[in-house]
Amino acid sequence: MNQPSASGGLSIRNLTLSIGRGEKAKRILRGISLDVPAGRITGLAGESGSGKTMTGMTVLGLQPEQATVGGVIEFDGRNLLELPTKKLNTLRGNDIAMVFQDPTSSLHPMLSIGSQLTDHLCQHTGMSKREALERARVVLEQVKVPDPAGALKKYPHQFSGGQLQRVAIASAIMCSPSVLIADEPTTALDVTVQAGILRLLRELCDELGLAILLVTHDLGVMSALADTIAVMREGEIVEHGDRFQVITAPRDPYTRALIDALPHDGSGPGAAPKSAPTGDAS
Amino acid sequence: MSQTTAPASRPQPDVLAVAARRRLRFPAALRNPLAVTGTAIIVVWLLLALLAPMISPAGPLAQDFERLQPPSAAHWFGTDQLGRDVLARVLDGARVSIILPLLLVVSSLLVGTIAGSVAGYFGKVADEVIMRIADLVFAFPTIILAMVIAASLGPSLTNAVIAMLIVSWPAYARVTRSLVVVASRSEYVVAGRLLGNSPFTSLGKDILPNIIAPVVVLATLDVGTAILLLAGLSFLGLGAVPPTPDWGAMVSDGVQNFSSWWISVFPGLAILTVVLAFNFLGDALRDTLDPRTADAVKGRAL
Amino acid sequence: MKTERRSAPAGIPPLARYLAIRLGVTALLMLGVTLVTFILTNLVPADPVQAALGEQAAANPEIVAQFRENAGLDKPLPVQYFTYLGHLFQGDLGTSTQTRTSVATELGKAFPATIELAVGAILISAIIGIGLGLWAALRRRTFIDQIIRVVSLIGLSVPAFWMALLVYFIFFFQLRLFPGSGRLDPTAVAPPHVTGLYTVDSLLAGQWATFGDAVYHLVLPASVLALYTIGLLTRFSRSAILEVLDADYVRGARAKGLTGRTVVLKYVLRGALVPIITVLGIAFGSLLSGTVLVEKVYSWHGLGEYAFSSATKLDLPAIMGVGLVVGIVYIGLNFIVDIAYGFIDPRVRAA
Repeated sequence: MNQPSASGGLSIRNLTLSIGRGEKAKRILRGISLDVPAGRITGLAGESGSGKTMTGMTVLGLQPEQATVGGVIEFDGRNLLELPTKKLNTLRGNDIAMVFQDPTSSLHPMLSIGSQLTDHLCQHTGMSKREALERARVVLEQVKVPDPAGALKKYPHQFSGGQLQRVAIASAIMCSPSVLIADEPTTALDVTVQAGILRLLRELCDELGLAILLVTHDLGVMSALADTIAVMREGEIVEHGDRFQVITAPRDPYTRALIDALPHDGSGPGAAPKSAPTGDAS
Repeated sequence: MSQTTAPASRPQPDVLAVAARRRLRFPAALRNPLAVTGTAIIVVWLLLALLAPMISPAGPLAQDFERLQPPSAAHWFGTDQLGRDVLARVLDGARVSIILPLLLVVSSLLVGTIAGSVAGYFGKVADEVIMRIADLVFAFPTIILAMVIAASLGPSLTNAVIAMLIVSWPAYARVTRSLVVVASRSEYVVAGRLLGNSPFTSLGKDILPNIIAPVVVLATLDVGTAILLLAGLSFLGLGAVPPTPDWGAMVSDGVQNFSSWWISVFPGLAILTVVLAFNFLGDALRDTLDPRTADAVKGRAL
Repeated sequence: MKTERRSAPAGIPPLARYLAIRLGVTALLMLGVTLVTFILTNLVPADPVQAALGEQAAANPEIVAQFRENAGLDKPLPVQYFTYLGHLFQGDLGTSTQTRTSVATELGKAFPATIELAVGAILISAIIGIGLGLWAALRRRTFIDQIIRVVSLIGLSVPAFWMALLVYFIFFFQLRLFPGSGRLDPTAVAPPHVTGLYTVDSLLAGQWATFGDAVYHLVLPASVLALYTIGLLTRFSRSAILEVLDADYVRGARAKGLTGRTVVLKYVLRGALVPIITVLGIAFGSLLSGTVLVEKVYSWHGLGEYAFSSATKLDLPAIMGVGLVVGIVYIGLNFIVDIAYGFIDPRVRAA
């Protein structure tokens, strides 16, 4: 399984994105190629402004309206960039889901958890509200939110940040997607609950065979969780490879600088919540 | 763009950056077509008001013509029920209907800003007394309150303006107070006080420059409201006393003669254009405010 | 937004506690309003005696003394206030010095007329204003957005009394499309009195023709009145919705693949509802101001007209009555808005 198969996963080829036109155009992405295979966590690292979040957003067609996009994002035999919005909408949240950085702002403060967990499920599958709520309860249990039935009636402000991120992850996997894009999923959380969320992502990846694209600036998180790591800088991928290889023997000087900037105690590769042997995730 | 480590609570923006942003960016605002249109209309009207005696086709009080004539080449806006030229009266009325509200806005701005600064900066008793008085005024619809005050003082333009002053200063006081309270907690103001600035130096040098922009925007938007209010009071017979040409009073002349539509249509259009011009300008200026100060203005001035 | 953080007493549901606190605050404010109206009318420099009696009678000291005694004007102010308050609690607002009828009775007739007009206008402006604001926000920085901006600023700039006259002239006098004055056709009989709102009462009585007539009479004055509030609501809902459109949860909703309709109706509008409701309250208050000018043109015998006639004749009990009613409406509005916050935003309820 060293050559990832595209089935169930994403394949990004030569993705470019620029904002503005002509001379003044700002080139945000300068030809990104990346595979996000099923059952693996693909890490996308880089400092802020390197274009890693934009890559994640573009997969879902959520890039800024005035942006010009080129290249191919292949999913299930189709190029997502060429799909009309309506078609794309049937994939969003259904086959490709997203988890955002800050769950306190990515969940609507005035809608109950039950309502936010089920609306896209009902829309994508035509399921009844009642069945959807039952599924939501099961999924909340799966992501280890205490008292799942009670949680459905609560509102976001009644949860702690860590619990709320679990709810947000539950919302993302409600429709059993095959791809999950996690954009800095632990950055806004207390350090004490970060490990729990990372462990949860690992479990979901292994149990559901999800293809996870983990976007983060935190190489510590990355080395603990990702199977393969791509490092971005100024809209380009400067390093791409197996986790151990990238962390222990970086080829690119920029990557080396990033790794050297890490604290040297305990947040290295060995601190993985559950180490994932390369190549055998299922 | 990709986000960096953002804590759940928003970080306080840099104090200096805030201070810089609060300045009114006139050049930027004046590139806006609305602002340009508004300013142009205002300038034209002010010129007309100024030059009224010279360019007017007739005296505003002269009852020299046949009564109730429709608009014609001789009388562009027709004549009214007393045989006066409507165009002449509209032109002359600009002096009352625009200039008075402008003066009123300036005075309520001064009164309100001073009261609000004192309340916000010194707090405690001064704050309580001033803001509770403001609350009392806010507990009633402006025109009903102004009407009662104007009626009890007796109908005249001066009294109408006094009544309007009483109902309009609290808006400035409230906005100024909230801005001063925020500004006086800023580090550079506290630092100034620690360096030995007197309260008045601190208020005048460190705080006022930062609250001028929103207050000016509020005032610009308020000119329109003031023109409408004065015209409304005159329409009700509580402002200008006949035969003074005032746009509101002229519209009410049309109530008795409404088949002669021109009597009220033209002064009404005059009110509409002037108020619209000030609203264009004020709305465009508001766009240039920093969003958080704009919030303070938004709640009051519309 | 109000954030009163207190520890919740156990056993009381948050919404009930929230309502109780708001109700208590409202009662206190009511008392404040009575004091204000009282002080205000006593600060009036003009002599109400002269206004009520006319110059001849006012020249006769005996008649004046008699009048002052009857009206209780000879007692010290605090005593007058408590007498007034005492009467108030019995529903007695005094007697109009102008018409010699009970102020409460007169207000009872005028108040529903104005409420009917104002509610009609706020319905029109809420639908059009929020709709335009939403449209402008979704098409931000386009030509449509600019057009809507200009239209809403025109709405804010039109003198209501002039527009009332113009609309009256065109739609009643020239075209005869709509009735020009009154709340019902002169030949029609008012529906049995329940609320005083003809539209509601006629529906309750099942009188469809009367209902149609009442709505027909509402069209012109309510539309004129609504112009200003349409402008107000459009500008406000646009900026409120713009703020929400940039929110993370809207991006999240789009990432879930929800249709544009669901995103806007469920996520965007819900998020913008609190500021929009605040403005609806302000707008309703400003409508009460507008009625003074519009009611005069359409012979709508409501609060505005009553306020005008009692102000010009310095009819103090009547002015106090109007002040009290308007003050209560303002407080009631705030109360309703606060309650609405509690229903919309779970965080307010919990605070």
